[in-house]
Amino acid sequence: MKKHILIILLAIFPATSFAAGVGVHLDAAPIDINDKDSIKRGAKNFVDYCFSCHSAKFMRFNRIAKDTGMDEDELREMMIFTRDKKGEATKTGDLMTVAMTDEYAKSAFGTAVPDLTLTARARGADWLYTYLRTFYVDENRPTGMNNLAFPDVAMPNVLMNLQGVNKAVYADDGHGGNKIEGLEKIQPGSMTTEEFDAFTADLVNFMVYLAEPVQAERRSMGWKVLLFLAIFFVFAYLLKKEYWKDVH
Amino acid sequence: MGKLLGWVDDRFPLMKMWNEHLAEYYTPKNFNFWYFFGSLALLVLVIQIVSGIFLTMHYKPDGAAAFASVEYIMRDVPYGWLIRYIHSTGATAFFIVVYLHMFRGLMYGSYKKPRELIWLFGMFIYLALMAEAFMGYLLPWGQMSYWGAQVIISLFSAIPVIGDDLTLWIRGDFVISDATLNRFFALHVVALPFVIVFLVIAHILALHEVGSNNPDGVEIKKNKDSKGIPLDGIPFHPYYTVKDIAGVAVFLFFFSVVLFYFPAGGGYFLEHANFIASDPLKTPAHIAPVWYFTPFYAILRAVPDKLMGVGAMGAAIVVLFFLPWIDRCKVKSIRYRSVVYKVNLIVFAVTFVVLGWLAMQPVTDTITNLSRLFTLLYFAFFVVLFVTSKNEQTKPVPDRVTS
Amino acid sequence: MSTDSVNNGKRRFLVASTSVVGAVGVGFVAVPFLASWMPSERAKNAGAPIEADVSRLEEGRMMTVEWQSKPVWIVRRSEKTLANLEESTDQLRDPASENVDQQPEYAQNMYRSIKPEFLVLVGICTHLGCSPTFRPDIAPADLGEDWLGGFFCPCHSSKFDMAGRVYSGVPAPTNLVVPPHYYVTDTTIIVGKEGGNA
Repeated sequence: MKKHILIILLAIFPATSFAAGVGVHLDAAPIDINDKDSIKRGAKNFVDYCFSCHSAKFMRFNRIAKDTGMDEDELREMMIFTRDKKGEATKTGDLMTVAMTDEYAKSAFGTAVPDLTLTARARGADWLYTYLRTFYVDENRPTGMNNLAFPDVAMPNVLMNLQGVNKAVYADDGHGGNKIEGLEKIQPGSMTTEEFDAFTADLVNFMVYLAEPVQAERRSMGWKVLLFLAIFFVFAYLLKKEYWKDVH
Repeated sequence: MGKLLGWVDDRFPLMKMWNEHLAEYYTPKNFNFWYFFGSLALLVLVIQIVSGIFLTMHYKPDGAAAFASVEYIMRDVPYGWLIRYIHSTGATAFFIVVYLHMFRGLMYGSYKKPRELIWLFGMFIYLALMAEAFMGYLLPWGQMSYWGAQVIISLFSAIPVIGDDLTLWIRGDFVISDATLNRFFALHVVALPFVIVFLVIAHILALHEVGSNNPDGVEIKKNKDSKGIPLDGIPFHPYYTVKDIAGVAVFLFFFSVVLFYFPAGGGYFLEHANFIASDPLKTPAHIAPVWYFTPFYAILRAVPDKLMGVGAMGAAIVVLFFLPWIDRCKVKSIRYRSVVYKVNLIVFAVTFVVLGWLAMQPVTDTITNLSRLFTLLYFAFFVVLFVTSKNEQTKPVPDRVTS
Repeated sequence: MSTDSVNNGKRRFLVASTSVVGAVGVGFVAVPFLASWMPSERAKNAGAPIEADVSRLEEGRMMTVEWQSKPVWIVRRSEKTLANLEESTDQLRDPASENVDQQPEYAQNMYRSIKPEFLVLVGICTHLGCSPTFRPDIAPADLGEDWLGGFFCPCHSSKFDMAGRVYSGVPAPTNLVVPPHYYVTDTTIIVGKEGGNA
């Protein structure tokens, strides 16, 4: 396998992101919110890699099924493996909660594990896409990993088996300071860089959908409303013109 | 139908009110673009009240449930997302419309004798609207809601002697908490809407008592025909009702573009950090109020002293109340006023926008210095106006409205 | 201002057509507001079908489960109780369950149930929505000597027998409702959903 070099340019362009205070350049997430298959794949990725620790507690399982065109059996097979507190099977209409409590998370990771329902709205798709792909080896961190988009992050790189391991490439800025210039792959994962980028893009696409599941419906309703208002305006304008003949 | 109307009229002044305020309310015939925003403000008020009532049916004013209940509205309530976006877009629309409406007043001298009271009622509406918007912004209970309220309420602590006790009293707790949320909810959905509706009625009654101003600043009541109808007046209904309806269609078009395509307004209408539930232990990296408060927030930040900063911000609003007496020029409309006034007003408008932009930038030395400069420019408008308006070089005002 | 050359026909047409289009718009706007009163996804999920395990329910006893936030009773009836159902039908308003709205087709029988032994009922009185009490005791002092066990509504004294059938001469108009249900196993009932004969 040939050695891939992943270079992420830093701060050449002003970060267009709103993740204020983070001077890292964010890669534009190649996502399409209307691509239902991508959202579906992303949902699978989310359930497999994120959902064991992170909740999406404002979202219902069956909403995903409805919006991506899955039936109940497909939904159960793909993402519902849990039982509720009474030991009964999780209902398809239940919220996507996890068993991990904040107290447990704090003792294990030093911080509560954030709910991910709205992360895409709080951080932005580009930030997520960059964050998930820019873990690098850093022995000074308890997890052995650090991140370009989220310095000193508490989360380990759960996608390491897929992505492989990256190390930081430092640029000599001439003042003895060490500025990270980019990342370099030192150990391949089970996916090629292209495959991993596509995997991450699907995941981010799902999270963008997750943050506002109604957005497709919102846009399709929008142009109908605008069309109606345009028609109404024509009538209202003609009416105005007719009456104002008296005045002019 | 006519009989029923007669029956009602014997018991209630229905036709009298209809005539007084619509069918026989004579309005200058030369209203231009700027005169749409009064009726539009009324429309937005109705939109906010209706959408707000429906949100209240699903929202929970409880520190432990508020944030989740907003997401419940956005996801689980049928069309809840639409109602919520109508209300959040409405808040922004309200301020845009009101700012343009106020600017119209500045341009055409609509606050001048005999319309001082209309202006004062309007300023009180604006004040109540700011309180309404501020308290409403706490309700989603996100990080910006929480820390925005924390910062703004802390302004009161600048007041000497009673400041700290006053902030404690407003919050009802040592920090913003469930108690604060509950009282803000009550004020936002019950008390302030009543106040605003009452003030709007007073504003309109005062207007209809003295009659509308117009882009020429000419009193149309000075020239009447034999029947006592102003020569340059036309009945509000049907002429301005049909015109305003067309204006409403255009307004709703823009409103819908935001509502359906940019409901978060790139983080300016619904701030990004407000999608994170409030956390009393962690302040977001970058706090900025929602856009409609930013000009005053910039003035607050520009002053390096806490009490003085709060004072300057308060003064920036209070000074507007006195505009009818600060402007001593007899000529109303900008069309017939001096170049000095025109330049002064343009600088003021630009200053207001720049201050708003400055408040959204992270604090740096440059930003602070610019904020100070524009804060001075803001107040300079009133000083220059007071000094120059007494003996202003004006053009002759026509006797009748033009076109 | 001149009103001499007004084309009244055109004016009336424009007023009417603008009003109609505007009214249609107001109608459209009303839809989301009215629809927001319909059960939310949360309510629908809470009202989703539930599973009840009746294997440990003893004869003559009743268990209550919640479906659509309403009490659903499951009663295990004895042979004797079942035999009693065939008597005293003359005191009932609808002994043969002819009102088809009150039970699914498969419960339109003497026992108003799929298996005679297990009665499944929505525990809401058909009069004004109170929840009746389960009174399996025979001939208690307060309900009289003829009482063969059943349900008694404390709100307005409606009486129902051990199949949820309403007595005549009480305010409740119809038999208690049998919800849609089916057996997944011999002793597991799904309430709230019509099951194929699985």
